[in-house]
Amino acid sequence: MQLLNQPIDLEPLAEHAMLAFAARVNSRELLNFCSAVVKADRRLVALWGSDERDRDEKYGYAVHVAFDLAEGLVCLTLPLASENPVFPDLSLLFPCADRMQRAVRDLTGASAEAGDQRPWLRHANWPAEHYPLRRDTPDARFASENENYAFVRVEGDGVHEIPVGPIHAGIIEPGHFRFSVMGESVLRLEERLGWKHKGIERRFVGMGLGDGARLAGRVSGDSTLAYAWAYCQAAEAIGGALPPPRALWLRALLLERERITNHLGDLGYLGNDVALAFGLMQFMRLKEDWIRLNASLFGHRLLMDRVVPGGVAVDLDARGAQAIIDQCHALTVELRRLKKIYDEHAGLQDRFLSTGRVTPHLAQRLGVIGLAGRASAQHWDLRCNHPCSPYDRLEPKMVIERNGDVAARALVRFAEISESIHLIHRIISDLPPGSIRNELRSAPGQRGFGWIEGWRGDVLVALETGADGKIRRCHCHDPSWQNWPALEHAAIDNIVPDFPLINKSFNLSYAGQDL
Amino acid sequence: MLPMLRQILRTGIVSEPAPDADEALRATTQRLSDAVLKQLGRALVIRHIDAGSCNGCELEIHALNNPYYNLEAIGIKFAASPRHADLLLVTGPVARNMEVAVKRAYDATPEPRLVVAVGDCGCTGGIFGESYASCGRVANVIPVDVSIPGCPPTPLQLIQGILAAIAPGKSET
Repeated sequence: MQLLNQPIDLEPLAEHAMLAFAARVNSRELLNFCSAVVKADRRLVALWGSDERDRDEKYGYAVHVAFDLAEGLVCLTLPLASENPVFPDLSLLFPCADRMQRAVRDLTGASAEAGDQRPWLRHANWPAEHYPLRRDTPDARFASENENYAFVRVEGDGVHEIPVGPIHAGIIEPGHFRFSVMGESVLRLEERLGWKHKGIERRFVGMGLGDGARLAGRVSGDSTLAYAWAYCQAAEAIGGALPPPRALWLRALLLERERITNHLGDLGYLGNDVALAFGLMQFMRLKEDWIRLNASLFGHRLLMDRVVPGGVAVDLDARGAQAIIDQCHALTVELRRLKKIYDEHAGLQDRFLSTGRVTPHLAQRLGVIGLAGRASAQHWDLRCNHPCSPYDRLEPKMVIERNGDVAARALVRFAEISESIHLIHRIISDLPPGSIRNELRSAPGQRGFGWIEGWRGDVLVALETGADGKIRRCHCHDPSWQNWPALEHAAIDNIVPDFPLINKSFNLSYAGQDL
Repeated sequence: MLPMLRQILRTGIVSEPAPDADEALRATTQRLSDAVLKQLGRALVIRHIDAGSCNGCELEIHALNNPYYNLEAIGIKFAASPRHADLLLVTGPVARNMEVAVKRAYDATPEPRLVVAVGDCGCTGGIFGESYASCGRVANVIPVDVSIPGCPPTPLQLIQGILAAIAPGKSET
């Protein structure tokens, strides 16, 4: 099968929860395909590398690029020479590829032939030639050192730098922000991330197919459902075992509950960042009510380890279903009141409107996705574009705003909570009967993909088993990879004190992109 | 203003009583004198450090300040700088990239600089363990007074652990 009029024979992947295709290409074919993807207004999903020297002596490395096309997920694999593995720089076509390429180099030693060559995940705490994802790299420990990173300097009269982090002034994940400012106005923001890199992808290697779900569910704790589901989709594609229908509907129920949990928290913190402590307290109260019901019905406040390979670990009885419906009704009433208060609060609106703006044009160029993308008129939502079961039956409504400012990102959250409440009602009324878990088998030498629209954006898991049926390679991709660079643009020309508000309105994952 | 006041009245006071300290979480015997503890107990200041968590623990630490747990009501609050803190609340396995920052924050904290390690990862390294990129448990990098296991620990368990750090226990000497 061919797509985008490109002479590449794409093989449809069987047993997947979504339509997926894969092919091996050479670098010219890859570049042509990328150009065609850009021309068709489609996007790059993820880019990662692997060591294949045990399979092919001459072409011992590979770089894999996943795309979102109208027809489904496409994964192209470019084999790279064992000696001096280099691949074409895709960052001119897809700006978000820049940091992914640097991460590939840090982890596998395969590098882009042009573009930014600074390390990304490696911070001088292990040697440059220690490539953790090479199979012959020993399990070694090195002394930590302080890195001297080459930030881009802004020169000129009156320009000064404000370094922030890695430890931030609050209960936040670590990252470093380097502001170049003139007075209060931000001229440039440069992010330095990777502080939380804890070797997750190497940790996956050799794990049993069933065991990996626990680790995937801890790549980014606030999106544990999205990761666990994406991982399970990939594992189930490998094992050729679809979960029973009831399990898929329960997964959707839990995923929508996770979306609402995070949106409630964010709406509270957005209020707090404009000095409306009332908003924080009200939304944190609603969030606590929401996750307490998670604990009483499903046994975990954040729903970790509830989605398991082959199905789900928890069922829902009639009493539980009624409790959820009652809670949804109560939340709908509270939300309407609080939205009115936010809408009519002059101080809050003054801070929200036109702050941290990413125009639709810029968002499209940068490839902004997920919630932040939809607030800048980018129509990306897997639940609508490539619906897996049960979303094909639920037909969610995509929430779109055009202003791309903090206010738009808040509005998307309000509307998405309402839409998720609607979906939860639908799920509970149409929940199919039956079992909730099938047995998962592993199969040697297979590839599988999982792709789920989490609350922040789409999470991709690319999984491969070795000859022993255990995990050979597992790449987890967080939507934050695409959206962190957009935050740098959103901050420009805003005042420094508005940065926490802008940052919160994106609420990107540090853990998810640091891996 | 009126709708806000109405909402506040409608909500009422939802705060719940704080749990007691869970002394079993203490990794060492209480090293602070009763006099110091008496002072601290009425106004404990915490600096949170995420040393490499999955961010699950952070969600539960955030919850400590919601109206139900209302940590500030028992005199415990979070500060932005380690220099203002009595206690460091550290989550995650310590990522090697964070090791220098964690040690510096510890050095910047004035005595008695209590340290509470949070979550399975903070206590043992958890699912991430030790590797080229992870130093494992918090105690591998800085001395720890209290360890609160859980993945993540619930807000109640967090409060029980934080209170254990300032509970009068048997002094070492």
